[in-house]
Parts: sequence; C-alpha cells; structure tokens
Amino acid sequence: MIHRLELQHITKQYPAVRANDNVSLTVKPGEIHAVLGENGAGKSTLMKIIFGAVKPDAGQILFNGQPVAVKSPQEARALGISMVFQHFSLFDTLTAAENVWLGLDKSLSLSEVTARIIEVSEAYGLEVDPARPVHSLSVGERQRVEIVRALLTKPQLLILDEPTSVLTPQAVEKLFVTLRQLADQGCSILYISHKLDEIRALCHRCTVLRGGKVTGEVDPRQESNASLSRLMIGAEPPELHRQAPTLGEVALQVRSLDLPRTDPFGVSLQGVSLSLRAGEVLGIAGVSGNGQGALMAALSGEDPRAKPGSIALFGHDISRSGPAKRRKLGLNSVPEERLGRGAVPTMSLAQNTLLTRDNAIGPGGWLRVHGIKAMAQELIERYKVKAGGPQALAKSLSGGNLQKFIMGREIDARPKVLIVSQPTWGVDVGAAAQIRGELLKLRDAGCAVLVVSEELDELFEVSDRLMVMAQGRLSPSIDAKDATIEQIGAWMSGLWQADASGKTKEAAHVQA
Amino acid sequence: MFKLELRPAPSKVLSLASPLIALLITVLVGIGLFVALGKDPLAGLQMFLVEPLKSPYALSELSIKAVPLILIALGLAVCFKANIWNIGAEGQFILGAVFAGGVAMRATPETGSWIVVAVLLAGVLGGMVWAGIVALLRDRFNASEILVSLMLVYVAEMVLSYLVYGPWKDPAGYNFPQTITFLDVTRLPKLIQGLRLNVGVFVALAAVVAFTVFLYRTFTGFQLQVGGLAPMAARYAGFSSRKALWTGLLLSGGMAGLAGALDVAGPQGQLTPYVPMGYGFAAIIVAFVGRLNPVGIVFSAVLMSMFYIGGELAQSRLGLPKALTGVFQGLLLFALLACDTFIHQRLRWVSSNTTKPGLSGAKP
Repeated sequence: MIHRLELQHITKQYPAVRANDNVSLTVKPGEIHAVLGENGAGKSTLMKIIFGAVKPDAGQILFNGQPVAVKSPQEARALGISMVFQHFSLFDTLTAAENVWLGLDKSLSLSEVTARIIEVSEAYGLEVDPARPVHSLSVGERQRVEIVRALLTKPQLLILDEPTSVLTPQAVEKLFVTLRQLADQGCSILYISHKLDEIRALCHRCTVLRGGKVTGEVDPRQESNASLSRLMIGAEPPELHRQAPTLGEVALQVRSLDLPRTDPFGVSLQGVSLSLRAGEVLGIAGVSGNGQGALMAALSGEDPRAKPGSIALFGHDISRSGPAKRRKLGLNSVPEERLGRGAVPTMSLAQNTLLTRDNAIGPGGWLRVHGIKAMAQELIERYKVKAGGPQALAKSLSGGNLQKFIMGREIDARPKVLIVSQPTWGVDVGAAAQIRGELLKLRDAGCAVLVVSEELDELFEVSDRLMVMAQGRLSPSIDAKDATIEQIGAWMSGLWQADASGKTKEAAHVQA
Repeated sequence: MFKLELRPAPSKVLSLASPLIALLITVLVGIGLFVALGKDPLAGLQMFLVEPLKSPYALSELSIKAVPLILIALGLAVCFKANIWNIGAEGQFILGAVFAGGVAMRATPETGSWIVVAVLLAGVLGGMVWAGIVALLRDRFNASEILVSLMLVYVAEMVLSYLVYGPWKDPAGYNFPQTITFLDVTRLPKLIQGLRLNVGVFVALAAVVAFTVFLYRTFTGFQLQVGGLAPMAARYAGFSSRKALWTGLLLSGGMAGLAGALDVAGPQGQLTPYVPMGYGFAAIIVAFVGRLNPVGIVFSAVLMSMFYIGGELAQSRLGLPKALTGVFQGLLLFALLACDTFIHQRLRWVSSNTTKPGLSGAKP
C-alpha cells in the first residue's frame, strides 16, 4: 500500500539546537495522525519542512510514494498539502471570502470563490458567512475560515497546528466531527497537539517527539494519558497536593467594572464584578480574546481608566492607581507575554528585577548594583531557573525558565494578591508543574490568587472557584469541585445567562 | 545567492570592531573620491586624519568643535535610548545661543564674573524651552516629535534672524546683521594664552561622567531605557511614558542649549545669522557612532570634529569643496549602520540548486 506521506530520517540543525534528529514517520491515506510533543520538541519545524517553509539538512520526503523536494508553501499546495496555522493569517478589515480569495491563485473571481466557500462549508458542516468582515467573527469562526480556505484546494494531506487552543470544548467536538468526515473521504490529517485527551479521542496513530527525536509511534486509542505522557516528557507529571483553602478577608473587590475598548478590534468590559478572598485561587476561564487582557490590565494598573470605586484592594480604592502604587499596597501581577512585557528581552535578569522590585534602589534613585545581582542570583537558585547567571539576557532563557524567573520575582515580593495570566503557556510540563505548585503554596500562605488561563485542565487543577469570561462579561462564580468541563464549556460561549437569569429573578422577588 | 541570516548570538568581536571597520570603509571611499577629483589621495587623507591632531593649535581648534558635539550627543543619546526622536537639537542649540546672548548683552563693565554662569544657565533654559514645546505638543496632542522638533529648527533660525536684523542689531555695526561683541567678562575663561581652548572642555568631561552615572546607576536612567527597549514592559512596571518624554526632551534640549551658550560665550562672542553650524544635526551621527554610550560619544565627537576641520583644510589648501565634510560624516554613519547589521546577522551563501547531494542518498 502506498503511504500518503512518508518522512525518512529528517534532520534539521539550527545554530543553537537540533530541532529534528533522524525523524521518520508515515501517514496512510485517510489516517488521522497525531504528532505529540512538548513545546520545543520539534513539531513545528517538522511541519514547516513538510509544508516547504523550512529546508531539512538531511532526509527524504515521499508523497504518494514519490520523492519530493518541497521548496515553498505554493509547491506544497500544488502537491495537495494544506496547513492551518495556530496563529491565523487573516486580514481583519476584509470579509471572509476576500481573505480566502487572497490565498488562492487568481483564476477564480470573487463570486466563484464565494460560491465554492458556501459549497464546502455546507459539505463539512463548517458554518461560515463569506460576506462578513473578519473582525466581526469569533475566534472559532475565524478558524473555520482558515479550514475552509485549506479545503478549497482539495488537499490530500491537511496539517493542523494546535487547532483547539482557541476553541471551547463544544467547538472542539464540532471540529472533530468535521475532521473525521474528511478522513473518511480519504484525506490524511496530521494533527499537532500536546493535549493527550484530544489525541486519544480523535487520532488513529500517534508519533511522539521529545527533544527533536521520535520516542515512540503508538495507537493512542490503546494508550493512557500516563503512558503517552511518559513518552512525551520521559516521566509522568507530578501530582499536585492541595488542601482545603483557609479563607481570609476579601482582598480584591471589583464592582460592576465597565471599561470601553481602546482599539477598534478590542473587547470592552461590561459590568464585571468579582470578589477574591485571601487564601483562595480564583480561576478565570474563557476563550482568548474575550476581554481577559482588558481585565488583567485594569487589575494590574496598566490601564488605570476604571471608574473610581470599581476596584478595591483591602478597602482602598485603587481604580485609578498605577502598577507601582498597587504593588506597594500588595498587589503583584504576572502578564501573559513574558518577553517584552514581563521582562525586557535585551536586559539582564539582574536589571529585569528592577521592573517590579525596589529592594536594591537606594535614596535618590541610586542603583545598588551588587544588591540587584544578589537578588537575581537568589531568584535563580530558589526557583531553579536554568540561566547563565544574573547577567544572562532575558531573551537567552527558554520560555519556561523565564516564566519561573518572573513568577519568582513576583512571589518573592510577598504579595497579598497575585494576578497571573496564562501561567504555563508555552512552558514544558516539568516547569508547569513547578509553577502550579508555587501558586498553591502561595495560596496556602494566605495570598489571594487570580489565575486567567485558556487551559481548562490547568484551571481545574489549581482553582478553588471558577468564573468564565465571554464577550467582555464575567459569569457567576462556581466552586471548582462542583463544576464540569461541559458546563464551563457552555459558559465559555456566554451561555450562563440561562442559569443566572433565574437566580436574578428570584433575587428581584426577594427585594420586592 | 547571498542570504542574510540571524546569528545564534550577537557577535562580540564585531560589536567592538564595527566602528573601526566603518571608519576604514569611509577612508577607502574617501581615497576613491580624492582620486576621482584628481587630487593626491594621501594629501587629502592627511587633511582629514593627521592635520587636525598635529599641533597644540590644531588640538585647541578640535576641542572647539568637539565640545558642542559631545554635549549635544549626550543629551540625544538619552532621548534615543528612550525611543524619543529629537532631531531638532540644532534649533535648541540656536535658542540656547539666543538666550545666552540676551543675558550676555546686559553685562556692563562693572558686572562680576558670575555673569558667565548666568549666561550658561540661560542657554540651558533656552534649549529646554524649545524642546519643551516639542514635549508639550507630543504629550498633549500626540504630535510626532520628529516633525515638530525638526520644523522648530527653522523657526529658531527665523527667531535668530529677526533679532540680529532687528532689535538686537549692533548700532555701531555698519548695518551688519550682528549684535554687539559681548564684553570680556561674559566670555569663557581660556585655558592657554593664545589658543581658543576654553573651560568648555571641562564642562564636557563633567557631563560625560554625569551622563554615565545617570544612565547606568540611577533608577530614572533605567526607567528611560526600559521605555525605549520595551514600552509594554515599562507600562507593566508602571514607569510613566510621559515622565520619560519630558525628561528626555528637557535633558537633550538643555544640553543643546548649553552647547549653544558655550559657543556664543566662547569662540563666537556675538550673535550673527551664522550661529547655526550644523552641530545639532552632526550630533545625531555622533550619538549613533558612539553607540549611545557617553564614552563612545567622546571618541566619535573627536572623529567628527576632525572631519569638520579636515573639510576646511581641504578647501583652503587643496581647493576641494567644503561639502566634503558632510560627505565624510554621512559616509561614516552609513558605513556604521551597514557594519552593525552584521553584529546580529551574517551572510551565508545559499546555492540556488536545492537538491543537496546528502539529501537524496539517505535511504535506510
């Protein structure tokens, strides 16, 4: 039987790292083949090689049994290979159809393309309105546009890079239905992910990468999460130990916070209320781009436009205070972007401590150089940061190590309230476990912790209570032990009003 | 074909060697230029690289050019590090000269020597006022500081012309557009009899020390640099971008104004329409060639001054156009920017033939 795709001994050396080391894999026609691995395991490089965006140093690619040298994505598409990237490449100001049209060769007219889009989207249950401008589409809809664009070229091999990271659980189910239908028609699918459950639910074969090498090729339906995890990271993820929370006073209180968006494609906050008590972890779930960024900025003080009286820290109104004032009052934050926001890429770790810590600043703003270095050195040791020392530039660290450093910097300040966004995004499993452990330790020490994350598993692991953000609004809070993935998933589409409206009616009755 | 690709780590050797390589390229192109103009290239290079350093007199003249360049470039370096693009130092220099001249003209034969300090402070104030307009418009209306500061150079020139053609014109000056010659008491003390070398040199060296400390040892200096390197990080840390804007512009304006005052109270001794000499623009090149580093700025300012003097010498002794100065200064900046590209990147030969021998013969 002729394989749809066969990779033989692919090797790619980058100046600092061997991204792919003698990687071989085969994909049969109609097979959904997972490529599993941590960030930095070499998945993306491998896909770029198949798609012609990167040239391998050694090895061979066979497509339908024929050796091919794919030189560019255009050639890959001509062969019948399509790819849906993790980060969408759509123009906000154009309509869905115009975006699709841009990516195709110029032989078709816009109306023909529109007709094809409707045809394809009906055939695969991918609802897309070709006439709508992209900026008005939700993230899930945008992904459907990308998939439709990929399908219009009638691919024999479809590559999907982490397609579910921006979807609600329900949308993931819908996507899987489409993918299974495609596979049944003979289209092969390469599915890149680090989510074990999804791979076990969807894929027929799974190639596991670790450090650029293949560590196993298995049938994921026969495997457990633990066995896959062992292949992926060489160990099972350590268990978190959590005790019942000891609740203290209300640390952070947000009352009907409204915040108009600052850019035309942003999200405005509407009537956001929450209260966070000392000694608990409150998790905020939601599909990215639903106002989490705006909420974080309003809470950290980066966006001090909130109406006076809407944000209180231990009773102090901090709505209009800047980040430095809030840190003095005991509120620290860790932003989502590590490089460029949580740390200055071209400055040393020692200098980066100065962003939020003033321990080594003497009278008159004089910098005590030795104090700064000693502090960075201590953070490196205590939080097991792999770095070349306090003088190492922030950009020279891996994502996980820089995140450990930034988290350590904020935890070491002994905050009373810590706000963290995407604490383990792009971080390897070991470092992620360590970071989650630190969050729980902090909570046990009586700190109030707010975690914003897109990873539901992570939120269920660390949170005591959960809230969901959708379209700039915040759901009611629910105890994490009472919540289910399905319910949170429904809330992620903004569908909590159904449950909540009943309650508010009752409340109105009581008041009347 | 050649392909530019990122180095795994920036080259340390090149980051030190790049200014020297740039100088070498400038010299080589200069030789070609002299040959093309039909002049002896060695004689030409001598005018630019040897003559300006040859005698105490030459060195004294060199200092007259280098001091304002150092002062202005120090201020600009702070601005540029904070990502604030003040390119109107020339205008701030002129206003500094005007304010300083205004104070100097009020001196009488009875005035004490403290007037020199007042003259210099007035110059600083003048430069700050001019840069303050830029900061205000940027802060209040988000007007581009690049355009505003540049346009204000021309306004400053008009202000100067108005004064020397009008109210400040020397009544005994045969209707020439110039003010009175300032009294000796307002002039900078000279260091050596018979040379124009004056205390401005010490002012410049003190400023180099002060700016080194400010940039690398104070929290305000740190905040400014964070604002330039990573504005999002500055916002996250709570460093005020407005404060950075005002600090950067007032500092650089003040330094340019000081340079203007030193020029008026030193070699010039009066205001004429010829006060603007292009120091403010040349200092932009000085700041970048000096790597926005105070010590580096000293070296690059000396180099640029050599080009100034060399241009004048080439005109008087070899009959070459004075515009050569500008050509050399521009060449140096271009060469440096080109060389700097290779600190973070390198050239690699990529064969257009994509099938490498190792690629097909790798069957299991």
